[in-house]
Amino acid sequence: MLEINGVTAAYGLVRALSEVTLTVEEGSITAILGANGAGKTTLLRTISGLVRASAGTITAFGEDITALPTDRIARLGVAHVPEGGGVIPELTVEENLRLGALWRTDRADRAAAMGEVLELFPPLAPRRTKAAGTLSGGERQMLAIGRGLMGRPRLLLLDEPSLGLAPMVSAKIMGVLRSLRADTGLTVLLVEQNARSALSISDRGFVLALGRVVAADSADALLADDQLRHAYLGF
Amino acid sequence: MTTFVNLTLGGLSSGAVYAALGLSLVIIYRATRVVNFAQPALALISSYLAYSVTKGTGSYWLGFVAAIVAGTLLGVVVERLIIRPLRHAGELSAIIATLGLLLLLQAVAGMIWSNEPHAFAYAFDFRGRFSPSDLFAVLAVVVAATGVLLLFKFTPLGLRLRATAFNPEVAKLVGVRVGAMLTVGWGLAAGVGSLAGLLATPPFIFPTVLDEVFVYALTAAVLGGLDNPLGTIVGGLVLGIGLSYVSGLLGAELVPLAALAILVAVLAVRPSGLFGRATARRV
Repeated sequence: MLEINGVTAAYGLVRALSEVTLTVEEGSITAILGANGAGKTTLLRTISGLVRASAGTITAFGEDITALPTDRIARLGVAHVPEGGGVIPELTVEENLRLGALWRTDRADRAAAMGEVLELFPPLAPRRTKAAGTLSGGERQMLAIGRGLMGRPRLLLLDEPSLGLAPMVSAKIMGVLRSLRADTGLTVLLVEQNARSALSISDRGFVLALGRVVAADSADALLADDQLRHAYLGF
Repeated sequence: MTTFVNLTLGGLSSGAVYAALGLSLVIIYRATRVVNFAQPALALISSYLAYSVTKGTGSYWLGFVAAIVAGTLLGVVVERLIIRPLRHAGELSAIIATLGLLLLLQAVAGMIWSNEPHAFAYAFDFRGRFSPSDLFAVLAVVVAATGVLLLFKFTPLGLRLRATAFNPEVAKLVGVRVGAMLTVGWGLAAGVGSLAGLLATPPFIFPTVLDEVFVYALTAAVLGGLDNPLGTIVGGLVLGIGLSYVSGLLGAELVPLAALAILVAVLAVRPSGLFGRATARRV
C-alpha cells in the first residue's frame, strides 16, 4: 500500500529524516510515534510531496510518488490532514467539505460522501452554512478529517488529530477512526505525540527519534515494552 | 439639490470604474499578496488594441471584445512568464517586477502607438451629467463584478480560487492545481482591469492615461481592505461619489489631493480597510 524506502529529507542543512524505511499495510492503522522534533510531521509532508526527499523512494498503490507534485498525490487517493487540521476558517463548513471532493468527477458520489461525513460527525450537520472559523477545536478536527474523507481516500495521513483537544473529544475521534477502518477498510497513517491513545487503535507502530526509525513493532508489543515507552514515548 | 443629485450620479460612473480596476487588483492581491502595479499598463495595452481594432474595422464593439480577450490573455502571459518564475523570490520581488513591467509596457505602447494622444471613442453618447455612456459604465461594472462574485461564491472553480487564495498548501493537499489557479486568477483580474481601462480611457488615449485612475482604484481597494472584493466595489463607488463632491463643491484641482488624503487616512486609522474583516486567521 505505502512503502517508504531509505527516505532522507532536510530543511536546508538541518536533516529531519535519515534513511527512514517503513511500510503501511492495506487496511491497517499504523502509528508514527516520537517526541517533538523527531521528524513525524516531516515524514507525512514528504509522503504528500510538500517536502522533497533528497534520497530514497516512496511508493503508494504500486506507483512511485517520490517526485510527484502534491496535488497529483492527493488525486491518487492520499488524503493528508495536516497538523491543526488545515481547515480554511474563511470558508463555510460545507465549502471546506466540498473542497475535499472537488477533484473527483463522480458528482452523485460526491453528494453521497457529504451525507456520510455529516452522519459520521453529527456536530457538523447543523453548522453547514457557518464559517469554519466559528467551530470549536474538536469540531474543526472533525471537519478536517471529514474533508479528507470526502475524497474517498485509499490512504489517510493524519497529523496529530488529538492535539489540543479535550480527552473526551480526542477519544471520540479515535473511535471514529477505528470504526471507519472496520467498516470501510480505510488505511490510516497516524502521527501522534499521545502514544498511548494512538497505539490503542493501531495495528503497528513506528517510533522515530531524531529523524530515524528506532523501533518498529506491533502496537501491542510496543505498549508492552517498558524500556521503549520510558525512553521515547514518555509514559 | 439638483447639484447634489448631479454630483452623485456623476460620481457613480467614475466610481464604478475605480471599483472595477480596484477589483482586478484585489483578485490578484488576495491570491498572491502582490499589488499588481502593472495593472494599468495591461489595461492600457488592451485599450490601445481596442483603438486599433476599432479604427481598422469601424466597430466600437469589435474593439471592445478584442480588448477584453487580449487583456485576459496578457494577464495569463504575465503570470506565466514573469510572476511564476519569481514565486520563490518573495512578494517584494514580484511587486517590483510589476512596477518594471508598468514602465516597460508604457514605453512599448508609446513606441507602437506614439506618445501623442489619439481620440478614443465612448461606447455611447457622453453628453450630460449622467449620459448613456455613464449608465453603460455603471451597468458593465455591475455585470462584471456580479459575475466575478458569483463565480467565486458558487462555482467549483471559484471554490478552488478561494482555497488557493486563503491557504495554497491546503489547496494542494486537496488536489487543487494551485499554479493553474494563479494563472486563472491573473487572467480574470486582467480581463476585469481591461474593462475598467476601456471605460476610463475616453476621450483620449496616451501611454499615461490610466495612471490617475489607478491611484483612485488603489485607494478604493485599500478602502475595501485589499483582500475583500465586495468591500472594494463599495469602496470604489463611495470614493467616486466622494471625489465628485470634492470636484463639484471645492474644485476639480483638489481631487487627486483628496484621494491621496483618503488613502493616507485609511492606512493610518484602519489599515485593514473600512470593510476589512476581522483577521482571525491562524498561521
